[in-house]
Amino acid sequence: MHSRYEVVIGLEVHVQLTTKTKIFCGCSTAFGQEPNTQTCPVCLGLPGALPVLNQQVVEYAIRAGLATNCRIAPRSIFARKNYFYPDLPKGYQISQFELPITEHGWLDIANAAGEKKRIGITRIHMEEDAGKLLHGGNSGSRVDLNRACTPLLEVVSEPDMRSADEAIEYLKQLHQIVVYLGVCDGNLEEGSFRCDANVSLRPFGQAELGTRAELKNINSFRFIKQAIEYEVERQAELLDEGGKVVQETRLFDADSGSSRSMRSKEEAHDYRYFPDPDLVPLVIDGAWIERVRAELPELPEVKRRRYVEQFKLPAYDAGVLSAARATAEYFEALVGLHAQPKICSNWVMGEVSRALKENEGTIADCPVSPGLLAGLLKRIDDNTISNKIAKTVFEEIWRSGKSADQIIEEQGLKQVTDSGAIEAILDEIIAANLGQFEELKGGKDKMLGFFVGQVMKASKGKANPGMVNQLIQKKLAE
Amino acid sequence: MSFSQMSIRQLQQALRDGKTSSVELTRACLARIAATDERINAFVTVCAETALAAAAEADSKLAAGEAGPLTGIPIAVKDIFNTAGVRTSCGSRILENYTAPYDATAFARLQEQGAILLGKLNMDEFAMGSSNENSANGPVRNPWDLERVPGGSSGGSAAALAAGQAFATLGTDTGGSIRQPASFCGVVGLKPTYGRVSRYGVIAYASSLDQVGPLTHCVEDAALMLGVVAGYDPADSTSVDCPVPDYLAGLDAGVKGMKIGLPREYFIEGLDPAIKQAVEAAIEVYRGLGAEIVEVSLPHTDYAVACYYLIATAEASSNLARYDGVRYGVRQQGEGGLSGMYEKTRAAGFGDEVKRRIMLGTYALSSGYYDAYYLKAQKVRTLIREDFLKAFEQVDLLLTPVAPTAAFKLGEKTDDPLQMYLSDIFTIPVNLAGTCALSLPCGMDGQLPIGLQLIGQPFDEMRILQAAKAYEAETDWHQQRAPLD
Amino acid sequence: MKITREEVEHVARLSRLALEPTEIDVLTGQMDQLLGYVEKLNELDTEGIVATAHAVPMENAFRADEVKPSLGLERALQNAPQSEESCFVVPKVIE
Repeated sequence: MHSRYEVVIGLEVHVQLTTKTKIFCGCSTAFGQEPNTQTCPVCLGLPGALPVLNQQVVEYAIRAGLATNCRIAPRSIFARKNYFYPDLPKGYQISQFELPITEHGWLDIANAAGEKKRIGITRIHMEEDAGKLLHGGNSGSRVDLNRACTPLLEVVSEPDMRSADEAIEYLKQLHQIVVYLGVCDGNLEEGSFRCDANVSLRPFGQAELGTRAELKNINSFRFIKQAIEYEVERQAELLDEGGKVVQETRLFDADSGSSRSMRSKEEAHDYRYFPDPDLVPLVIDGAWIERVRAELPELPEVKRRRYVEQFKLPAYDAGVLSAARATAEYFEALVGLHAQPKICSNWVMGEVSRALKENEGTIADCPVSPGLLAGLLKRIDDNTISNKIAKTVFEEIWRSGKSADQIIEEQGLKQVTDSGAIEAILDEIIAANLGQFEELKGGKDKMLGFFVGQVMKASKGKANPGMVNQLIQKKLAE
Repeated sequence: MSFSQMSIRQLQQALRDGKTSSVELTRACLARIAATDERINAFVTVCAETALAAAAEADSKLAAGEAGPLTGIPIAVKDIFNTAGVRTSCGSRILENYTAPYDATAFARLQEQGAILLGKLNMDEFAMGSSNENSANGPVRNPWDLERVPGGSSGGSAAALAAGQAFATLGTDTGGSIRQPASFCGVVGLKPTYGRVSRYGVIAYASSLDQVGPLTHCVEDAALMLGVVAGYDPADSTSVDCPVPDYLAGLDAGVKGMKIGLPREYFIEGLDPAIKQAVEAAIEVYRGLGAEIVEVSLPHTDYAVACYYLIATAEASSNLARYDGVRYGVRQQGEGGLSGMYEKTRAAGFGDEVKRRIMLGTYALSSGYYDAYYLKAQKVRTLIREDFLKAFEQVDLLLTPVAPTAAFKLGEKTDDPLQMYLSDIFTIPVNLAGTCALSLPCGMDGQLPIGLQLIGQPFDEMRILQAAKAYEAETDWHQQRAPLD
Repeated sequence: MKITREEVEHVARLSRLALEPTEIDVLTGQMDQLLGYVEKLNELDTEGIVATAHAVPMENAFRADEVKPSLGLERALQNAPQSEESCFVVPKVIE
């Protein structure tokens, strides 16, 4: 990194909302349908059609605003952003300009030194998405308006980030929050969470910001890091050579790892924002805000702290379990049924997550429900089965959906706790391995494992390992 | 009494009594259109076949006793209303081949109540004009004098009525586009309060000013038509959820004790003596009926035209951005790729007046000028609106002329946009204030009708209809018909 | 002069209108006259006056988040000047 310049980054994130319908009409927002099948007079921009605001979008915007410590505006308005482009059916985008729904928030991230750093959120506003322009046709470019009018939140940060890593930290946290809130599916590949980065450099100690370049529409955390780092290098070289950074929009190409200038933004752009006369002011009273606040889920940061304090979990466990809302919900349901948090944590982070990964499933539709898993953990706890057998039982629950008790019963997996039976097996093994037993007696502790293993093997894993140990000690003392 | 002298209610009675049929009425209208419209040019599309089929269906409904208030009545609507399956061109070349896949709410409500659509009516392109000379379909002529304009932008809606081609029509009014042509053609025209009638499916000119309303032969018909089209529509965010009174039931309440205000700024020097005389005579009629006449002031009247042309053109410049040749409309191909297509399509598709207003509105919104023009105009709009609200603290309604002159000659003002705009001085303030007003015949300037404007409080269409009805009962101006054979 | 020929040309570009030089000339004169006329608004002191967006006070018009039938492909494309593979087609756009 260039030590001569301070890097200044501000981010604009477009969060696509998970509403069933578009922001201003009743067309479905389902992804991946045949082009233009999810369109109507409103989202096609037909003459005479008028927009009506989807109330759920407002709910989601308030949620996002509250979760990012923003102030919810008692009165906000929609504005038209006028420009021509084939994916923009009306020749203007309905957005918010003056008086957005929320402003003046922040998120805390951890910087490179592990210290807390506060990133300001300038505003979050509601707007409609454009359609898709598909290039590469023979006769021209093709326009699909299924996505047109899909609801977006645009989250604009202050230029508070000083490195690509800080930008990524901020983005990950914002991503986690909007997914937690249930307002966004977080799917980066489908474009549900898109980021523009404004990057500029300035000599350390200089107060005013340098000229910025805007990096457009980058849809993976890795590419954002690459794009920012490439841009920092590019600008630093320019400045080193005595050149000037031009204010422009640049498009990052992940394949080449470099960016190129799009046509200068100033060319023929004058967005001529003005209040949209087809829509009426949005008035949100305190009661509405408080209702949404009361319904907000516990956010990951708060959850993580609670797991450490209430459940005495290691910070690592708490972080992993709280990172996704569905995982946290699973874990909390499990702890509710089986009050041994660390054991629950081990199982969720261990077997459950391994099995999900192998089967490419999500925890929300995990075939081993918290109830089934708690039933299994109880049988470990009361020594009915060993940890090892438990893993086999877990597989079986996953496969069959049967309860642990049923599987243990059907397959006769119950741990042998009858000391007579175990002693009989042990005696046989000692008789067959007298030499090794003498070594053990002589102090060769490694042999202890050998005898435990042999007993477990002979009992098909059902002997209680603790009991086996006790019995060996007894034989040694004889 | 011939059908052309009958009110819709009387026609309905005749239909129910079997004295006529919807097919007969529809045939009569179609015949009248065929006989006169080469001269008038009120219709841009005539749907004879579908109209007759619908009329036959209406007749069976009538026979079955299932008639609604408009069942079997032939009407026509301005070509600004989307009508599924029937071309909607909005007076523009750019939409000359456009057929909407959906109906405007106001039109759908007329159809639900049984009205028969005769066809679509000529208009100034995108409702921009005061003379109906800005139409891609050629000018409409005034049935009272073919050398004169019918007014605009709903020129076809007024002329078709005056020519006896339909029993009622629907128009839109952004700065006077229902009232001024109604006045020029000697019919009744009602601009309801903003938000009273849904704008859904009505092609937008200036969204914060546009409003749908009826043009009719008499006040009772206007009350009936308003009752059908008025009311909340969830598809229009600016439509107001406010009860719609039974306009017909309350119509005959009279004006005794009613306070009528005369805004002094409307009785100015430029007012044609014939208009002044007719309006003054009307005032005397009201005095005679027991109304109290009071002088009031609307001090910001003189700023209304300037205010209107900034707001209306700014909104229009954005509303008309969708005509880009991508999804509909007549596309012009050419060099220059996408932007060449855009620029040629729009240059060839729009007429001069539309281009002028797009240009003015784009300028008024552009960077560095927004505050000085658009925002300033919105603030002046507040002052104009407050003028009306203050006046309505003193009076129940206002009485003014509709236009400073009777119908002018074709071509008389086409070279001077500002003079054309200034002819809307008495109608524009009502749209800026968002309230309701009605134009009704109140005299003649030689062979040309003169209109009287009654301006009501917001959502109090009832009162201006009552006042208009009382006047109509005392006079016979509304029974005069254009001398068109 | 309220507006120059160059400004008129710029506004024409913003408006995506290919105007002939003679049209630009005429429009420059007309817009100059109209802008001169609207200057009269500056006679009024509007300091502290709230702008009116709608003459009738209105707020909070919503719809519920319920899916309504779309138009269907055929009707969506019925007026398209050019279409293929379920899409509207425009002259090639180079990014």
